[in-house]
Amino acid sequence: MHKDRFTAPDYYQLDELFTSEQILIRNTARDWVKAHISPIIEKAAQDAVFPKHIIPELGKLGAFGPTIPPEYGGGGLDYTSYGLIMQELERGDSGIRSTASVQGSLVMFPIYKYGSEEQKRKYLPKLASGEWMGCFGLTEPDYGSDPGSMKTHFEDKGSYYLLNGAKMWISNAPFAEVAVVWAKDENGKIKGLIVERGMEGFTTPETHGKWSLRASATGELVFDNVKVPKENLFPNASGLRGPLGCLDQARYGIAWGAVGAAMDCYDSALRYSQERIQFSKPIASFQLTQKKLSEMITEITKAQLLCWRLGNLKNEGRASTQQVSLAKRNNVAMALDIAREARQIHGAMGITGDYPIMRHMMNLESVITYEGTHDIHLLITGEHITGVSAFR
Amino acid sequence: MNILVCISQVPDTTTKITFSENNTKFNENGVQFIINPYDEYALTRAIEIKEKLGGKVTVINVGKSSTEPNLRKALAIGADEAIRVDAEPADAYYVAFQVAQHAKGFDMILCGKESIDHNGGLVPSMIGELLGIPSINVAVKLDIEGNTAIMEHELDGGKEIIECPMPFVAGCQKPICEPRIPNMRGIMTAKNKPLLKKEPVSVETLTHVTEFLLPKPKESCRMIIPDEAEKLIDILQNEVKVI
Ligand SMILES: Cc1cc2nc3c(=O)[nH]c(=O)nc-3n(C[C@H](O)[C@H](O)[C@H](O)COP(=O)(O)OP(=O)(O)OC[C@H]3O[C@@H](n4cnc5c(N)ncnc54)[C@H](O)[C@@H]3O)c2cc1C
Repeated sequence: MHKDRFTAPDYYQLDELFTSEQILIRNTARDWVKAHISPIIEKAAQDAVFPKHIIPELGKLGAFGPTIPPEYGGGGLDYTSYGLIMQELERGDSGIRSTASVQGSLVMFPIYKYGSEEQKRKYLPKLASGEWMGCFGLTEPDYGSDPGSMKTHFEDKGSYYLLNGAKMWISNAPFAEVAVVWAKDENGKIKGLIVERGMEGFTTPETHGKWSLRASATGELVFDNVKVPKENLFPNASGLRGPLGCLDQARYGIAWGAVGAAMDCYDSALRYSQERIQFSKPIASFQLTQKKLSEMITEITKAQLLCWRLGNLKNEGRASTQQVSLAKRNNVAMALDIAREARQIHGAMGITGDYPIMRHMMNLESVITYEGTHDIHLLITGEHITGVSAFR
Repeated sequence: MNILVCISQVPDTTTKITFSENNTKFNENGVQFIINPYDEYALTRAIEIKEKLGGKVTVINVGKSSTEPNLRKALAIGADEAIRVDAEPADAYYVAFQVAQHAKGFDMILCGKESIDHNGGLVPSMIGELLGIPSINVAVKLDIEGNTAIMEHELDGGKEIIECPMPFVAGCQKPICEPRIPNMRGIMTAKNKPLLKKEPVSVETLTHVTEFLLPKPKESCRMIIPDEAEKLIDILQNEVKVI
């Protein structure tokens, strides 16, 4: 990939809305991405390998569980700061942001929110530093948008739980030491358990052949009569609300992350259009190119504002599931549209790894599907405003 | 080791430079200010020395309150305390004079070799003169052995190894260390570190800027293939007239 010349668009002087500490946090993450991600990401994506060596660096940066209190190894940051970190990581690559999202929002958050004090002390500090990586098992081969119908289940065997079933499409699965697994108890109630690598009967085959999120590892979780110690059950989660609470956290991060990917595509397209000469003029001087660029900056600015407001609501504990859902849906679709338009502005160059566009575009095809598909999010908003559920 | 590090803030390297007030003022509108990159070398090396030998790192800046976010960043990277002398940094002598007021009692004073805005490179030596202590500009390597500092100074086509007693002043440059990016924990702890505002002492500036001029825009590059060497000679001789 070319040298990373990213400069972030801020068309509405939104930087003035952030505190100087939030700006420092954002700029720190931005500098970190330029130093650690940009130089290696293209090759990692082309080779379809997760760049494992960045795990301790991400831990040192504080990208794992930034909102978890410092006593458990987290950063104790506010949600706006967390969002800004996700924005910058995804500006680098959605796969890197996914790794951090899963660790922070889907593994550390449920342990913090639903776990016992012993579970928090045992797992959170090691997850914050990156010494241990975690994954989140909700989706199953036959249950994606409808996780409530999951088949994975466990039985109480007196001194342990016996876990059986399988999860699919699980980010970080191939190398995670810890899996937060959602499964049904004997009464059909969804509960969360912490499964550790090395437990007998637990395997994590990798999913190959992805055209998307190639720099993030995805796999299955297979449970074949796994004996899970009783102390590994979350005492404070019961029903679908448990995993959905985690998804709210992760979707919030994705809403910001998508803005990062969009900004990178726009920035690259703007620069390319000013440098690329056709018909003796920079292509930026053609009206059709300007239309594309104008629409891009408009949509990015709207999405930035949406995130800023959502961040404030979240900091006040007032962001609803539906508000988070709307932002995730809007911003990911916006980023995907911008990636496609930016690809066109780059002409043939846009399909190569010299520019980040095609990588972002392909990544966003996963982002628009995971954590609730675009259509499911439309139905969440639809249900909320009409009072009628279209999917249950 | 009690170390003082001088920090200035400069326009981000991607800034489009423009001037106002008849080309006598730099136009700060919409400009992002960063820690002078050479000062980041001084800061990181100071922190490394502190981590190895113990002690304290204080950063000092002569500037108005708009520099505070960058001082917080220095604290987030690992400095223990910050001092801001509340004044416009009028010229090199003015800045050196203000710094010298607060520089007594330190084992060493580290600066960047120059700031990337005015590129004067004067402040380190002036501080040394004002305090009557040795100053070395530029140091590309700095180690402490007992009470002696050992520095490497690049010369044209060679280098010089310099020893000097403490206290001393050094202007730092790559590859003295790898500058550090702060982390989230550092940013949070920086919130509670002291950032002291000090009033400036009055002192005359020695210089003032009469006009800023931008360099001529770079002309586009012309490629001449090796087979057409005569063409190159012709251009150099008759068009640009350099040979
Ligand atoms: C790279 C990647 C990483 C992932 N990581 C994780 C992870 O870490 N953990 C995890 O648990 N899961 C993960 N997932 C899984 C992801 O959350 C699911 O893919 C997602 O929930 C959609 O499920 P599905 O793929 O089974 O699609 P389906 O649910 O089969 O949906 C297929 C299509 O049908 C539509 N559809 C479904 N139901 C309705 C309805 N009622 N009304 C209208 N349309 C409907 C959907 O919108 C979609 O367009 C990951 C997925 C990917 C691609």
